[in-house]
Amino acid sequence: MKLRIAALLLMIAGLLAPAGASGWLGAPVALACALAAVLCAGAGLGRWGTGLERVLTIFAVLVGAVAPLILLAGPFGAAAPGIWLFLSGWALLLWNGLSLLSRLPRRGAGALAAPAAFGMALLYLWQVLVVGFAVPQVLLPAPTQVGHILATRLDILWPDFQQTFLKAVLSGYAIGCAAGFLVAVIADRVPFVKRGLLPLSGLVSALPIVGIAPILVMWFGFDWQSKAAVVVVVTFFPMLVNALAGLAAADAMQRDLMHSYAASYVQTLMKLRLPAALPFVFNALKINSTLALIAAIVAEFFGSPILGLGFRISAEVARLNVDVVWAVIAIAALAGSMFYGVIAVVERACTFWHPSYRA
Amino acid sequence: MTTDAVALPASLRVGTAAGVIHRIGPVAVIVAALIVVWYAAAVWLNAPQVIDRLNSEQKPWSAGELIDATWSMERPVLPAPHQIAQNFYETVFQTPIESKRSLVYHAGVTVSATLLGFVFGTALGILLAVGIVHSPVLDRSLLPWIIASQTVPILAIAPMVVVVLGSIGFVGLFPKAIISMYLCFFPVTIGMVKGLRSPDPLQLDLMRTYSASPAQVLWKLRWPAAIDFLFASLKVAIATSLVGAIVGELPTGAQAGLGARLLSGSYYGQTIQIWSALIMASIIGVALVAAVGLVEHLVARQMGRPA
Repeated sequence: MKLRIAALLLMIAGLLAPAGASGWLGAPVALACALAAVLCAGAGLGRWGTGLERVLTIFAVLVGAVAPLILLAGPFGAAAPGIWLFLSGWALLLWNGLSLLSRLPRRGAGALAAPAAFGMALLYLWQVLVVGFAVPQVLLPAPTQVGHILATRLDILWPDFQQTFLKAVLSGYAIGCAAGFLVAVIADRVPFVKRGLLPLSGLVSALPIVGIAPILVMWFGFDWQSKAAVVVVVTFFPMLVNALAGLAAADAMQRDLMHSYAASYVQTLMKLRLPAALPFVFNALKINSTLALIAAIVAEFFGSPILGLGFRISAEVARLNVDVVWAVIAIAALAGSMFYGVIAVVERACTFWHPSYRA
Repeated sequence: MTTDAVALPASLRVGTAAGVIHRIGPVAVIVAALIVVWYAAAVWLNAPQVIDRLNSEQKPWSAGELIDATWSMERPVLPAPHQIAQNFYETVFQTPIESKRSLVYHAGVTVSATLLGFVFGTALGILLAVGIVHSPVLDRSLLPWIIASQTVPILAIAPMVVVVLGSIGFVGLFPKAIISMYLCFFPVTIGMVKGLRSPDPLQLDLMRTYSASPAQVLWKLRWPAAIDFLFASLKVAIATSLVGAIVGELPTGAQAGLGARLLSGSYYGQTIQIWSALIMASIIGVALVAAVGLVEHLVARQMGRPA
């Protein structure tokens, strides 16, 4: 309640203060949007019940967001105090809206509403702040500029994505994870190897493995094979460590039961210990999904043919085309998130029995 | 790179002789096997170049000469371990520390960026975790984005960050520390959210019956409960911080630091230089993690717990 009143006061103060060359009166649409936002936010103060309050607040936030955009879009130059006052009121209102959204049940779409709204708000604030403070494009391009590059230069970016993600990352990831898993099974079978490998792989986890990228590029050439090799090395150890922990996860009672069935080593492995190890294996797969992409991109800095996400980044940084770089980052982040998401979905399907999914 | 925190002090603790042999034996055997494989691989990988050279000299040569030559090339494809050890020894102990050729000098540059980024990242991570634990809004809307933030390949854009920050006047340690910070804060936040929530409901209820304020609950209950989680995260964080600092040094503008050594080594084909920089980075990584482990040990003793 206090928050809402503070938001209203700030927004009204913003409406009274000067706002750019044209002022609020010079931009009637912006003024109308701002007034509608204030009215809705004010109406939300009444005792209508949470349903209506939520609708009014969301509407106020959405309509209120339009006003600064219109004021900043014109040839008015940098923003004036009125816009910033209005925006800070809007931010408080947004916080209010987010707390209403975060009271939604944690199931289905309700769980996604708050983070989605927060993400959009961040993008919006980024846009408004960059335009409002006239931040040079070299420092930080506005999201719309990045979006424009994504829409218009996809013909260049798609082959880069193919080179880095589809060729280097996926093949390296598959080989690295498979190798880590196999070595873990062998080490589990031969305790001597396990006692030798575990301390070493603990050691390796403290090492900056990306450092081997220049060496592997020298060995395997500039094309995607060398990047895949870096990915193999980077993904191997997390999988080894996690799979070893997973193979030890089946508890003694369950093993005794298998023993009393006279199950062979292979049967125990296939029917008890591998399923019990799955949550750990998936943990490694998830960690590796982001590591793999990063490793491949960094490896491209040490030499690559004239395509690839890493190549594009270093080439466009040198030409100060920062908007293209950000477009590449957006692609990489999106690919990384989707890769992670796909593995999370598969994990859910494979380890549905795990307590963390049964709650 | 960093899935599992390394507990060095625990593994280095002196036990009985049999225990030591039991623990060190397999590691020693595997390390010895690795070194043997390494020498063999050096012969195999370097042989084509050496054979070319020997053939061009028009003299008959024996297998012994071939092997000897592959282990003492100036720019080998894979340097033999003793070559790396020799270069490492020369650049660390036989070069004055102020010299640009001294590995200690470069390591110092990298370590200072690592530590600065580590301090920033830890502070940011703890702040975010405290916010998330106390505000349901942050918990629901910010936490998913913190996880998503790590899918941004920050290491990949590190050179750009350094260039861009450099263009507005931030040079030296600061840009590298920013990259380290971005990598560092994540494990700290995730670990601390878990840690600050680890007190049992009964204990929280007890604090309520004392009518403790949220700040008192934080200082007297949540914070002490989270210490274990904090140190587990810090070990991961300091290792990633080192990686961040090294990658931050990759752009050609950087004159000093282990990353710059890697890059110049890769440009000029100085493989031995690359390997000794890598060895240095590994030693630093292990030492930093061990240092965090040592602090953890001291803190645990200070808190009156068996460490």
